[in-house]
Amino acid sequence: MNEGLAAGMAQGITHPWFWPGMVLLALVACYSVYRVADLPGGRWVGMATAGLFGVWVVAFWEILVRALDVPRVLLPAPSLILGAMVEHAPKLWGDFVQTVGKAVLIGWALGCGLGFGVAVAIDRLPFLQRGLLPVASLTSAIPLVGVAPIAVMWFGFEWQSKAAVVVLMTFFPMLVSCLAGLQAAGKLERELMVSFAAGYWRTLLALRLPAALPFIFGALKVNATLALIGAIVAEFFGSPTVGLGFRISTEAARMNMPLVWGAIVVAAVIGSLAYALLVALERRVTFWHPAVREG
Amino acid sequence: MGIMAEAEPPRSAAARVAAPEIGANGGEFSRLAVAKFVYTWLPVGVVLLFVLVAWYVAAWVLNAPGAIERVLDAEVGYTWQELFMATMGMERPLIPAPHQVLLDLFESLTGWPLDSPRNLLFHVAVTGQSTLIGFAMGTVLGLVLSVLIVHSRTLDKALLPWIVASQTVPVLAIAPIVLVLLGSLGFSGVAPKAVIAMYLCFFPVTVAMVQGLRSPQTIETEMMHTYAASRWQALWLLRLPAALPFLFPALRVGVAAGLVGAMVAELPTGAQAGLGAKLLTGSYYGQTVQIWSALVMSALLGLTLTGAVAAVQRLVLRHRGGL
Repeated sequence: MNEGLAAGMAQGITHPWFWPGMVLLALVACYSVYRVADLPGGRWVGMATAGLFGVWVVAFWEILVRALDVPRVLLPAPSLILGAMVEHAPKLWGDFVQTVGKAVLIGWALGCGLGFGVAVAIDRLPFLQRGLLPVASLTSAIPLVGVAPIAVMWFGFEWQSKAAVVVLMTFFPMLVSCLAGLQAAGKLERELMVSFAAGYWRTLLALRLPAALPFIFGALKVNATLALIGAIVAEFFGSPTVGLGFRISTEAARMNMPLVWGAIVVAAVIGSLAYALLVALERRVTFWHPAVREG
Repeated sequence: MGIMAEAEPPRSAAARVAAPEIGANGGEFSRLAVAKFVYTWLPVGVVLLFVLVAWYVAAWVLNAPGAIERVLDAEVGYTWQELFMATMGMERPLIPAPHQVLLDLFESLTGWPLDSPRNLLFHVAVTGQSTLIGFAMGTVLGLVLSVLIVHSRTLDKALLPWIVASQTVPVLAIAPIVLVLLGSLGFSGVAPKAVIAMYLCFFPVTVAMVQGLRSPQTIETEMMHTYAASRWQALWLLRLPAALPFLFPALRVGVAAGLVGAMVAELPTGAQAGLGAKLLTGSYYGQTVQIWSALVMSALLGLTLTGAVAAVQRLVLRHRGGL
């Protein structure tokens, strides 16, 4: 940003009041977060506390990086990162469209949809369930992301190969959660459905799928993060010249750290937004669930 | 049991009376065991067999164009048997057949000394080491964070949302940064990989332990209060034991996530050794069979690590019946 200001800050560290000032500021920060956390109120106070904490962390990051004159290759100041993001906004937008708009969204939707479909399809086949469930559970212990080089070999450098990795990574968590969720409806409720003379499909739609929703949302949330990881890792094995993973690896190789951090901020914001959106959707859809009603 | 009772001639009347009974009991027991075994494992076996057959069929169908082009002579003509055999043994197939992967694994494991980069166990050791170090660091970090969060309202509100948000940052993205930062501090080799593994490990442990440390009921915490137990005593005697059943599933998830972290960390660090590095070199040189055997090895490593955690869980929670 302002070179003169930066130089002034760098000299500031020799000022006798610099470190006492920092300690004082840290105390103020701790006290303010503590007071806000103690305010009466529900979710909004929690979000305000977390937000304030984040603001203080960024502020200290900015001050210390400038004052200690940390090389920007090591740790760029937040203002530098923001500057790089603004400067390269069209590039980052292209990366966003490539990685998130195509690979992640399509892969995530396909993987989750397939997992859900297979779970419902084999719901009436206990034999297949008993066979698939142990195998599918075991896949959680396997680093599935390792198929990325194979996917790139099969489906080429474009987004299709990334989507394929994402489909594979998201399929099994959804299958396992969905199968568990379909068994979640209580015996009492099922018997009630029988006494209403409700058939299989009626019971599925009116009772068992709603009861499975918390499980399904759990898998959707986990999968949102997995999908981002999968797509970005797959880009490392070969990609067109756009994409968040491509940006991060090439800019890191050129030691252009502010832009690397910028791409990470984009990825983190997308991940958090997706998570927050899914949580909001879950609260609306499963309003009847005790965990939601309490909060 | 039943067979033995029939084979041995009964020596006395009492034994004659008793023998069929024992035999019947034993037979019923073993029949029950067999039935249980079949009930559990037959479906799994069928599914696995289906996967194997599908794999062979896929290898045949997908490799056929390449085989026709490179191996077989189109002008002379070929029978489908020849085509099938050709797809099963290609040098750089699109999908290697299962037996090719197994052969490659066997060769790599037995044909080279343990410290040779050609031996996959060498790479397993490299990746396993950074996974375990990262797992240990992540578990400790997760435990410390969860204890702090449970005891402080402020930290609960200020930290927990950021811990959740931290997991939405893709790991591979932070790998180059961790590498540069630690490299400037003089750490290289295992340390950056372990830190990235830790980054993935600590999250499940933290979340599960916060839940677990809060799981004792009001009546139990109130009892600790009437005993005038200090916070530390309540933590040590009540909260931690109550949290153990929450901890172990999280550890299983954590160790698997740590393996992913360690493997992914090997990609941008340009590591020479490790399963991730093996995948990368395999993909550079188009060595399909090598990629697949590295994948199989990493799957085995993941299963072994989670299996080990599960074994520790059984050992620790043995006296608590039913857990």
